[in-house]
Amino acid sequence: MNKISRRKLITGGLVATAGASGLVAAGSLARRYGLIPPDHCGVYGPGETMTYAAQRLLTTNSMAREFSRSMISKKPFANETAPPNDDFKRHQAGGFLDWRLSVDGMVAHPASLSLSDLKSLPFRSQITEVVCEEGWSYIAEWIGTPLVDVLNATGLLPQARYIVYFSIDRDWWESIDLADALHPQTLLTWGMNDGDLPVSFGGPLRLRVPRQLGYKSVKYITRITATDSLKGFGKGLGSASPEGGYAWYAGI
Amino acid sequence: MLGLCYSRDVSAPTLVRNPATVRHSGVVRVTHWLTVISFFALLLTGAEIVVSHPRFYWGEVGNVNTTPLFTIPIPSSRDTVPTGYGYVMPDQNGWSRYLHFESAWVAVLTGLVYGIWSLWTGHFRRDLFPARGDRNWRAFWGVISRYIRRAPQDEAEARSYNVMQRTAYLAVIFVLFPLVIWTGLALSPGFNSAFPFAVNVLGGRQSARTLHFFVSGGLLLFVVVHVWMVVLAGFRSRMRGMITGRVEGPQERI
Repeated sequence: MNKISRRKLITGGLVATAGASGLVAAGSLARRYGLIPPDHCGVYGPGETMTYAAQRLLTTNSMAREFSRSMISKKPFANETAPPNDDFKRHQAGGFLDWRLSVDGMVAHPASLSLSDLKSLPFRSQITEVVCEEGWSYIAEWIGTPLVDVLNATGLLPQARYIVYFSIDRDWWESIDLADALHPQTLLTWGMNDGDLPVSFGGPLRLRVPRQLGYKSVKYITRITATDSLKGFGKGLGSASPEGGYAWYAGI
Repeated sequence: MLGLCYSRDVSAPTLVRNPATVRHSGVVRVTHWLTVISFFALLLTGAEIVVSHPRFYWGEVGNVNTTPLFTIPIPSSRDTVPTGYGYVMPDQNGWSRYLHFESAWVAVLTGLVYGIWSLWTGHFRRDLFPARGDRNWRAFWGVISRYIRRAPQDEAEARSYNVMQRTAYLAVIFVLFPLVIWTGLALSPGFNSAFPFAVNVLGGRQSARTLHFFVSGGLLLFVVVHVWMVVLAGFRSRMRGMITGRVEGPQERI
């Protein structure tokens, strides 16, 4: 039965060496071009890294599908998961006049913007689908200030690689890479279907990331921060989602 | 794969023992078992994900405020889904989703290796495309009637797949697997942004999800029949064939 010849042994060894060094080279290239997600460790790391890398190579500049006005869902589903906290209720009682969005981290001019400051910037309206990881979806018109315009106005520094964003409920925070942060469809959303963004849908301010699943579109945004590394945030996995067992990258 | 459907009562005098005969090549065996592992991981995690929203729709959108195409009568892992049960299952979606997509990569890469190897070596042409004389309904019904009568197999069947097996394998390789990958990719918002036609031609996101569910069901049906056929043909010998690559044992003629 022992038919493993010297030739086979040498060929096998060469193939294995080439494979191993290929993997190492691919790893360093992927790191260099930002194709490694922050939750790349553990048993699901390889699959997650492949998904994120493949999508970044394919979808960097692609646009989420936009729909006609007649496709807007008559009865969208708000998915109110947790009641907003007391701090939020105080803002709600005051008509959100004191709501502030702080922009800090790796920006040249950190800022604190009110809703009217945001609305004075050029806005964009788009009819896109909210896609939940559970399987359901709805279409709505979303009106807001492109995140890229806020980042340009505050002077995003060249070393920044991620934007981290926080809900008024500090347990709820997410982050995206620059491909999504600078994407024209990523909106700091304050309007929905021709009106103000209702509280149940994330009003007064929600970051809509239409190329990813709904859980990346965090409601009640109060702070965005630019960073070159996600290590210093929470457990260093990129956002609250991986800490709760869900993938950081939700473009699938 | 269906497994050869042998009758067990082959008479002894025709037996020729030849333990060195290779029934399945190394590539077929390794890719077969990798596919088995990834398929069951996909099936389990897919079912877990369905539990979080056991309602299916047709068209672009669908949620608890819209009418479903059909509902699976099970409790859900979300309290926002009206199921009629006063009970919410534990949420298993986090690890299920991680494992679903990782297993999908294993299945797709395994399929690529198998497909390229099969084209390269002529495995498809030689072993899977029906033989020239078998490309007709008569050959097909002949196999079915032999299955029904549990008749002993002929010489050719002992060495290769019959026309019905070939058709089933080809349907899985060239129809069901491509469809399940396509309908799965059509559920990815990132992929859809780059290739919107992939979801649009299916009739929308919810149609793609419903089709993904049914194609997965088709694959599961194939696995059930396949394992059943393997049991009928002789579970131990068929398993030995797919693990060691060799066919031997008293119930086979080589």
